[in-house]
Amino acid sequence: MGAFNSLTYNSNICIGCGECMMACAKAKSGDADRFDQSRIKIVPAGDNKFEAALCRQCGDANCVVNCPAGALTKNAASGVVDWNADLCVTCLLCTVGCAYGGITFESSVGHVAKCDTCGGDPACVKVCKSGALGYVTTASIYNDYGKQEDLFAPGLAACQGCNSELMIRHVLRRVGRNVVVAAPPGCIPGMGTVGYNGKAGAKVPIFHPLLTNTASMLAGLKRTYERQGRDVTALALAGDGGASDVGFQSLSGAAERGEHILFLCFDNEGYMNTGMQASSATSFGSWTSTTPVGDKLQGKRTDAKNLPMVMMMHNAAYVATASSVFMEDFYRKLDKALAASKQGFAYLHLYAPCPSGWRFPASLTIDVCRLMVESNFVTLWEYTPETGLVFTRPTDKPKPLESYLKAIGKYRHLAQEQVDRIKKLLEDRLVLLKRFVR
Amino acid sequence: MQSCTYLIVGASHAGLAAADAIRMIDQASPMILASRESHLPYSPTILPYVVSGRSKAERTALRSEAFFKEKNITFLRSAQLQSIDAEKSLAHFDQGTSIRFEKLLLATGAVSSLPAIPGLGDVAFHVLRTMDDALGLKTAMMGARRALVLGAGLIGTHAAENMAEAGMKVSIVEPEKQLLPGYFDAKASGLIEKAFDGHGIDLKFGRSVASLKPGVAVLDDGQEVPFDLLLIATGVRPALTYLDGSGIRIDRGILVDERQHTNLPAVWAAGDCAQVRLFQSEGTGVAGILPMAALQGRIAGQGMAGDEGQKPFPGAVSLNTYSFFGQQAISVGAGISGADSPGAETVLRFDETAKTYLRLVLKDGRLMGAASVNHPLDPGILWQLILRQTDLSDVKERFLADPKTTGRLLMSRLWR
Ligand SMILES: Cc1cc2nc3c(=O)[nH]c(=O)nc-3n(C[C@H](O)[C@H](O)[C@H](O)COP(=O)(O)OP(=O)(O)OC[C@H]3O[C@@H](n4cnc5c(N)ncnc54)[C@H](O)[C@@H]3O)c2cc1C
Ligand code: SF4
Repeated sequence: MGAFNSLTYNSNICIGCGECMMACAKAKSGDADRFDQSRIKIVPAGDNKFEAALCRQCGDANCVVNCPAGALTKNAASGVVDWNADLCVTCLLCTVGCAYGGITFESSVGHVAKCDTCGGDPACVKVCKSGALGYVTTASIYNDYGKQEDLFAPGLAACQGCNSELMIRHVLRRVGRNVVVAAPPGCIPGMGTVGYNGKAGAKVPIFHPLLTNTASMLAGLKRTYERQGRDVTALALAGDGGASDVGFQSLSGAAERGEHILFLCFDNEGYMNTGMQASSATSFGSWTSTTPVGDKLQGKRTDAKNLPMVMMMHNAAYVATASSVFMEDFYRKLDKALAASKQGFAYLHLYAPCPSGWRFPASLTIDVCRLMVESNFVTLWEYTPETGLVFTRPTDKPKPLESYLKAIGKYRHLAQEQVDRIKKLLEDRLVLLKRFVR
Repeated sequence: MQSCTYLIVGASHAGLAAADAIRMIDQASPMILASRESHLPYSPTILPYVVSGRSKAERTALRSEAFFKEKNITFLRSAQLQSIDAEKSLAHFDQGTSIRFEKLLLATGAVSSLPAIPGLGDVAFHVLRTMDDALGLKTAMMGARRALVLGAGLIGTHAAENMAEAGMKVSIVEPEKQLLPGYFDAKASGLIEKAFDGHGIDLKFGRSVASLKPGVAVLDDGQEVPFDLLLIATGVRPALTYLDGSGIRIDRGILVDERQHTNLPAVWAAGDCAQVRLFQSEGTGVAGILPMAALQGRIAGQGMAGDEGQKPFPGAVSLNTYSFFGQQAISVGAGISGADSPGAETVLRFDETAKTYLRLVLKDGRLMGAASVNHPLDPGILWQLILRQTDLSDVKERFLADPKTTGRLLMSRLWR
């Protein structure tokens, strides 16, 4: 079974306008005023709040289990619970099984009815003004790229819960075999991508440059290929230490020269595989083994260098930040970066919260990624010299910063004035970034 | 001799739900699903629709041979379990087959129970529990004009409707004073009876058959009712003679705990053959309805496969939906079929001309039961409100005024 697209409903922002019900009624019966025909039911909850009854296309659906006629089936391709009018005998047993009011009977309709997602193009979502209804299609990305060959070896030894391994596998699936990969010292080669136990770690050419010379070695290789008339993608999979500290000189030079490179930085805010030392990308206040918490020091004393902003200032062909919670956004940016790297320097900055070094449970990596973006701790945007900066996620209604800081052990000691300083920093940075919006 | 990890006997709702639950966790271990039926798995609930012709017998299969192949399940047809040797983990089937199992699920359902009426042995009669019963009844209907149905429960009323719609003259004899006793009160049943009257079905309440002769039933008041077709629908019971000598404990059904486990470590039971906890009353009983059979089957399968997500059976709740002559009735929970029980708060809305009825019963601010005729509800939501004993005090007025919308609101919140 693959992953499925799904309809989502956010009761916090629903304004109860009922447009979705009208659109559904119209789509299902031709008559927008026949609310009884709508398969989505918005119900008033008092205080101008609303709730929804809607089929959730359950994985192990009770309506299917309860149907004596075989009229309901979980569609293995679309994930939708399909209803077959020919087989249905209107016994209503499915409505006994459903705890959501997702499959319902109305006398005026005369048969049971449920959402079929309009075949993957739901009419309700299109008319929802508040954005409370959404149609998440990330699943098709997983299905599509799940079918592509995984170009890393199985058994890479990343820490439990590390999203870098996940993301490099995604990246190579998309980039394909026609590539040469540079993986400078850091977690990515540390987990075995450049080889382990005398075995190859990847099914494509991959090499292990020094921390200092990743971008220049890659530039040389790329130029050689170009001279030979071969169109090979030059890809760097670096950490924030390798990119923003000692590797910065070669990176900056390559960007300035407009080398045809796709440079990916996995930002876990430090040197995590060697024992969690701070890097210039480590955020203010963070505990690391070189910025400990004690009598004198309360975590890192300086702010993080914002590398994506610095790369933008190089006027590179493409610069963007991305997160593994917003995979559609990530893949869109990866596509653009890949295309841009054929003509110039492309830089993609990926946020990679580190459960081992940041001290949060391995099962919460994706939640942390989400909180990081939703609290505006980091912002998602892209930049090209032609368009300027464009935010790809709204920044206007951030979750409280505390919700993010509290989720992570390396900030546990923070005093209020440290939190205030981070807040101020984030606000200032947002103001600054907005100046680059045209 | 065949052997397997999982042996499931009975390929209907309980058995199929168990097979699905096992395959969620364990795709590899050998599984045999044995049924005494010669057909692919089907639901007894579909049978009235096979009789009426709305469902085609060949399109009622709940699973295909391809499904069993894909799921690595051996589906054995025409295999009737005869006895169990628990010590040797052997199940003996008719025609001399024996299967060695590691884990056994009994999901053999129920059969129609027959009343002790003098003369029953001398007359031809029908019951409705298996596909062959349905096909037999359908054929018999073609050559018959007058039908007599014993029992005005869900099966009897359904079959009576089928026969009336086929143009037959139908009588129902029911010892209680109404249709569907136990599910609805007299007012609600009255609305249903109107539809039956309107279709010429003769309802003989408060009476029973004293004796039977070929072609004639003599009622306890002396009336003689002639028939060319007799259908017995006076109830169902598990048929458990195959358990004789097995050491598995039974009462009215197979005794199980809240994880569908019998008293033997390697044996589970689920569905209409199992005697389970009741949610709304003391003691145990056979639930006898499809949703409970499927739920118990899932729980048993999870237990057999060692699924950590297994949740115990909360107890059987009465949940019935009933379609008659294009109208719908729903009966959920307790306290809705008779007079108000002490401490209960009842709301009744009854409109004889509009043919609508709604009864909601609350106790201590919590839902006990709901019944309706031509008044759509979401029975699945009501079931959850009963199981969760959701406190409705805050929304009581709204709930009583509009149980459907309010129920949806509550469940939308509760599921977050
Ligand atoms: C006409 C009719 C209408 C119904 N309508 C409704 C309704 O509207 N709503 C509702 O909730 N419920 C309804 N029911 C009840 C519902 O069908 C049952 O509760 C449900 O089918 C129980 O499932 P089960 O798997 O426990 O048993 P069953 O469905 O009875 O299946 C048991 C299976 O085991 C097989 N078997 C039995 N003994 C052996 C043996 N010794 N060896 C091998 N195989 C054996 C049987 O042949 C059968 O296939 C109806 C039942 C009937 C008959
Ligand atoms: S109403 Fe139709 S879809 Fe629902 S359980 Fe009955 S036959 Fe199946």
